[in-house]
Amino acid sequence: MLRSVTIGQHIPGDSLIHRLDPRTKILSSIVLIVLLFVVKGFIGYGLVALGIALVVRASNIPLRFVLRGVRPLMVILVFTLTLHLFMTDGRIIFQIWFLKVTWEGLIRGLMMGTRLLLLIIGTSMLTLTTSPMQLTDGIETLLRPGKKIGIPAHELAMMMTIALRFIPTLLEETEKIMKAQMARGADFQSGGITQRAKSLIPLLVPLFVNAFRRADDLAIAMEARGYRGGEGRTKLRELKFQRSDMMALGFVLAFALVVGAFF
Amino acid sequence: MREPLIRFTDVNFIYAKAHGGEGLAALKDVNLDIFEGEFVAVLGHNGSGKSTLAKHVNALLTPTSGQVIVDGLDTVDQEKVWEIRQKVGMVFQNPDNQLVATTVEEDVAFGPENLGVPSLEIQSRVTSSLEAVGMLSYRLHSPHQLSGGQKQRVAIAGVISMLPKCIVLDEPTAMLDPNGRSEVMSTIHSLNREKGITVLHITHHMDEVIGADRVIVMDEGRIVLQGTPREVFSQVELLRSLHLDVPQVTDLAERLRKRGFEIPQGTLTVNEMVMLLCPSD
Amino acid sequence: MSIRLENVFFSYLEGTPTNQAALRNVSLEIEDGEFVGLIGPTGSGKSTLIQHFNGLLKPDSGKVFVDGVDLTLKDTQLRLIRQKVGMVFQYPEHQLFGETVLEDVGFGPRNGGLSEEEIVKRVREALAYVGLDYEVLKDQSPFELSGGQKRRVAIAGVLAMRPSVLVLDEPTAGLDPAGREEILAEIKQLHDEGGITVVLVTHSMEDVARFADRLIVMEQGTIALDGTPLEVFGQAGRLKDMGLGVPEITELMYELKAHGLDVDTEILTVAEAEAEIIRVMGWGCQK
Repeated sequence: MLRSVTIGQHIPGDSLIHRLDPRTKILSSIVLIVLLFVVKGFIGYGLVALGIALVVRASNIPLRFVLRGVRPLMVILVFTLTLHLFMTDGRIIFQIWFLKVTWEGLIRGLMMGTRLLLLIIGTSMLTLTTSPMQLTDGIETLLRPGKKIGIPAHELAMMMTIALRFIPTLLEETEKIMKAQMARGADFQSGGITQRAKSLIPLLVPLFVNAFRRADDLAIAMEARGYRGGEGRTKLRELKFQRSDMMALGFVLAFALVVGAFF
Repeated sequence: MREPLIRFTDVNFIYAKAHGGEGLAALKDVNLDIFEGEFVAVLGHNGSGKSTLAKHVNALLTPTSGQVIVDGLDTVDQEKVWEIRQKVGMVFQNPDNQLVATTVEEDVAFGPENLGVPSLEIQSRVTSSLEAVGMLSYRLHSPHQLSGGQKQRVAIAGVISMLPKCIVLDEPTAMLDPNGRSEVMSTIHSLNREKGITVLHITHHMDEVIGADRVIVMDEGRIVLQGTPREVFSQVELLRSLHLDVPQVTDLAERLRKRGFEIPQGTLTVNEMVMLLCPSD
Repeated sequence: MSIRLENVFFSYLEGTPTNQAALRNVSLEIEDGEFVGLIGPTGSGKSTLIQHFNGLLKPDSGKVFVDGVDLTLKDTQLRLIRQKVGMVFQYPEHQLFGETVLEDVGFGPRNGGLSEEEIVKRVREALAYVGLDYEVLKDQSPFELSGGQKRRVAIAGVLAMRPSVLVLDEPTAGLDPAGREEILAEIKQLHDEGGITVVLVTHSMEDVARFADRLIVMEQGTIALDGTPLEVFGQAGRLKDMGLGVPEITELMYELKAHGLDVDTEILTVAEAEAEIIRVMGWGCQK
């Protein structure tokens, strides 16, 4: 039941996009975000949308999964649109009572909305085609040069890895504890907010206590296997840029420069 | 006379008490030699000091007095601790709380990564370690998809990928079901036999001790009995007084011997008993 | 007070492609006062089955009756049922949460709506059952106790509800021989003196042989064998196919018989075996 939860939106696959180095995808996402703020008009947005559509196609991920990521943010989209629609001054299209809808507002709203939409879909492609572990490896490798200025790349990656490793385990444990307390008459569902919050104590306390115990055990086990921080550590597989990565990055940068400069 | 791989000399260990005052004496005057290639089992009830003993072998704990030498290295030597931990690997009781990575192969790679082994070499060690424990086909699985016995086998693989001379297993089967227990036991026996890895197996399960070369029984921090499984098991009364159990067959053997039957000391298995009692076919 | 299941089907993830039938057409009845051993390979459905006894899980089809009450009906008061059918899960000490032992052990009775006075009474009683002293422990934090004590406190937490049925999922898991003996002896006492119906999920055939008067063996979601321990052990071949065994001493008797010694194979303990072998072979002689 809870065991089958997939972390994040990752959908496994073997497409061109899936096989790209995670760093390529992370860097491309950053370029996309910057580009979306530089682009000035609808033609620009249209071109970016085209680019994203090509990526979606290349990833073989069904459109419905891609759009699924938009749903939770629909509220913000509508809110943005409405805000701009009613709050911008300019040539009035029509008016209901004191609410004025202006031409400028409409343009503005649609542009902001489109930007947000493209942002969501674009970055979704990152999480849809890259597993959490790959993302962690990618981020760690990208941040590695940062060690000189004090960025603890290895430690961050280690923390992320352990978190990812234990999420399913902790979910299982949560279920077990819930059942054990329910077997003693605990009720996690009825009552108002305060009552429900209180009822969580028999669930949260054991979870936390057990988590600390696990951390302790794990630390000892890691030390027994020679762990003493990131110094001198090697990796099972080092991330290596392939030709496809260089080409992909090349395309992305070229595209971004052209669209950003002229549109 | 061979030099032992591991030698305890007059080892005492006292757990410091949290608020001062007298600590708990967990090891008392322990003298022990373990030779390369041996399969040594350490038996004792909870609190007998067996776990504390185990943790002294890989320098997780160091003696309050006395000395522990591992392959010529003193465990007190801070500089040598990491070398000692490469030579002596340790598997713990809780299968979950030893696996640190999101896939089996990444976890087995963890030890060699810490040692700074080059990538290609790590890859080949991961493959051979997983093969040795029979988990190669699971290399891309996540830990939570595995059974307890499988997790422990992965933990064992994670230790042997560091190419140790000795593996210490601290009650590795305590949290496993019977299938898991036999998976783990057959794995460590085959590693001992086929790869010559020295095994120090801490347990309170009597049946896991039967295949060992030597059995050490602990109580109140001391070694109270030592010998082959047969020799040790023949001391049924003593074991009982130490809150340990004997296999039902051994218990029966002792009772029948007291009644005059000619049954040799320390009969251990059903088959042996059958051979003894029944006319030869 | 009995528990009855009629044609229960249950699967996790129903309606998805990974649908796995965890219980398939299970019907059984557990009578008042029985001591039932529940055995089966991992994955056979034992855990799923017992969770139907107190409504933690509801069948996809079929019925569950506890003390005549149909648990499958929507408005059944499960809270009452859970006071009557107490359940101790594996490693129960992992569920401790109270600031004091009194608070933790009193959780069950409190959820049952009892008065403070009654709660203290129940806690005192429950702790005594597991060999702990209320006066010494009541204000202590359960997290500062030893491992063995923690487990007992957790079990007391279930006993404090004064259940008529006690279901225990491997209560001796992870304990050393001395610890196992103590817990099992306490459970036996609760059954014999307290008249509590006991369902013991275990992997140990030896334990079942010593304590249970009925043994249910599960396999792949169904009940494969159901009878007295001796009846079930008589099916040694079937048990072996399932990856299960019989107590070592019983196995010995079967082997001896197979090798020509005319011994009674209805043996469950070492003492019985000793007596039987002497009977057949005479004192101190050996063929």
